[in-house]
Amino acid sequence: MLDIILLGLNHKTAPIELRECIAFSKEETDAALKTFKKAPAINEVVLLSTCNRVEILMATQDKSDAVNTAKTFLSELKTLPVADFEKALYIHEGDEAVRHIFRVASSLDSMIVGEPQILGQMKEAYHAATTNKTSGVLLNRLLHRTFFVAKRIRSETGIGDHAVSISYAAIELGRKIFGTLEGKKVLLIGAGEMAELSVEHLIRNKVQDIFVANRTFERGVELAKQFKGKAVRFEEIVECLRHVDIIISSTGFSGFVVNRDQVKGVMRSRRNRPLFFIDIAVPRDIDPQINRLNNAYIYDIDDLKGVIDDNIQNRQQEAIKGERIVDEAVIHFRKWYENMEVVPTIVALRNKIDNIAKAEIKKTLQSLNHLTLDDDQAINKLVNSMINKILHDPSLLLKGDGFHEDKSVYIDITRKLFKLDE
Amino acid sequence: MKIIINITIFFYMLSTTGYIAYLFMQKDLLQRMAFYVLLAGFLSHSAIIFYDFLQSGSFPIHNLSETLSIAGWAIASVFLILQYKFNLKILGIYAAPLITLVMVIASQLPKEPVEVGNLFDSFWLIFHIITIFIGEGSFALACGVGLLYLVQEHAIKSKRHGFFFRRLPSLDLLDNTGYVCIITGFTMLTLGLISGFVYAKSVWGRFWSWDPKEVWSGITWLLYAAILHQRLTTGWRGRRAAIMAIVGFAVILFTFFGVNFLLEGHHGSFTKI
Repeated sequence: MLDIILLGLNHKTAPIELRECIAFSKEETDAALKTFKKAPAINEVVLLSTCNRVEILMATQDKSDAVNTAKTFLSELKTLPVADFEKALYIHEGDEAVRHIFRVASSLDSMIVGEPQILGQMKEAYHAATTNKTSGVLLNRLLHRTFFVAKRIRSETGIGDHAVSISYAAIELGRKIFGTLEGKKVLLIGAGEMAELSVEHLIRNKVQDIFVANRTFERGVELAKQFKGKAVRFEEIVECLRHVDIIISSTGFSGFVVNRDQVKGVMRSRRNRPLFFIDIAVPRDIDPQINRLNNAYIYDIDDLKGVIDDNIQNRQQEAIKGERIVDEAVIHFRKWYENMEVVPTIVALRNKIDNIAKAEIKKTLQSLNHLTLDDDQAINKLVNSMINKILHDPSLLLKGDGFHEDKSVYIDITRKLFKLDE
Repeated sequence: MKIIINITIFFYMLSTTGYIAYLFMQKDLLQRMAFYVLLAGFLSHSAIIFYDFLQSGSFPIHNLSETLSIAGWAIASVFLILQYKFNLKILGIYAAPLITLVMVIASQLPKEPVEVGNLFDSFWLIFHIITIFIGEGSFALACGVGLLYLVQEHAIKSKRHGFFFRRLPSLDLLDNTGYVCIITGFTMLTLGLISGFVYAKSVWGRFWSWDPKEVWSGITWLLYAAILHQRLTTGWRGRRAAIMAIVGFAVILFTFFGVNFLLEGHHGSFTKI
């Protein structure tokens, strides 16, 4: 019987420099899988590599041999002495390996709990393993369970709910104010990575027009081109406030770019349609007094950070529910795994046929009242010996040692043919 | 008859429970169940009203109990339509308990059969009653939506995103729904007043008789007319509109109860206990 073993490193155990060294590109993954496949100690292997982790999931007859082989391969493939990365490695066996892979795919082990990319990366890793034919009965089953568990956790808990980045938090707030961002107009004041990222998110949410105001008009024109928007002069900002809905401000000036009286002045001509200011500048660009005006809302960088902190806490609470689902799934998988042994399979097969036979005999004898007790016994005996004869060869095959291939394939087929895992 | 009233109240209570559970657990199934249970309550409620109508041969608003029952029924009908149209799921948390409360009070009040003359047979009267109550039902919901708006706005302004922030919809949706409620209510109230005038003319020979209820209905109408006017001209929306919806409903409550208990008039008998 094969054992499951997992060896890997992640953001918690290895610094970024090391993770960069060990990470596999798509081509490297294919090459590595081919190398692993040749090793006699490793029967099945799936290799997951992201910027935060490298995980090698293996099914093997000989655990320590497999671990050593994997280490050697890593060292050879990455031309890195084993000693350099050995300390960062963790090794999980059996249930622990299963739990780990479930937690990774469900994003319970991620740097940002609940981030959605990891499941996709896991699917890609599995896809690479299947195309290179390095996964077998055991890992196929495990990975399918993994995807199932990850999906279940995502839909049944709130670990993926609510934004945990500044720009997403701003978008979420915008939705709470405007309902939909579709067709809204955006004014970007100044520039900066975070502000531009927010604008990109807004564009993805189908906002209509982007206006860009920059103290140097040329830079504004440049940015406007990037977002397919319009550049406006810095002096036109107040005028612009009459028709935009969302303002993202990120200039480097001290002092307010927009003050309370200006906003109060435009509110009437806006017919009080809401205005949402996102102020990511330090020091602040937008007069915080504006928040006291009706239908005007301001969030500065600290406010947004506060929102994110709440959301992270919320996710962590939801993660506890996720862990419970993982625990359940590990037990479930262990049951299946234990049944993958020869003896339980033969017993289950025997039970299934016995039960069918018993039920059918009972049904038949009920309608045959004229039979004597001896007749009944004779029929029972006949059926039993038929079962014995029929099951003789399959049992012998399953028990036998002369397999060219992995025994688990036969066990798996038997279990599927007779639906023994119900 | 008693049994159907109890079944109706049971449905409404069950729906209220469903909406409260939905508020906490956020399972869509709960909300849908609560909605259908409320619909069931509404149907059996309609049966009660229809039965009373057949029994007495006139529209069942002979005493406070029946009047409240009609009011609850009107709120339920407006809510069901609103929910269907806007899918403002969380509003049930206001509407279902309100309807339940109204029905429970109605069922506890004495229900004396009243001798009635041909006063209640007119088409105009039935039209008057139905439009007025549908209008008031809409205003009741406008008030509820306004309350939700204030809660949500407070969460956004104060930057403390607690329990309600996640559960309440966007300000825009709340504001629009409240606006639609007020338009509906205002239209119905206007129709109700007109049909009331026509009916008054046919019974008392004059359109307007300075009855306190008439006066206060007129005040209510003017108030909502002002709210709508402000919205259309200067764009009164958001917080101010929400507060006005609540104030408006308070005035309606006074017109409904206060006038009858404190002042005299020819509408008095409808709310006699």
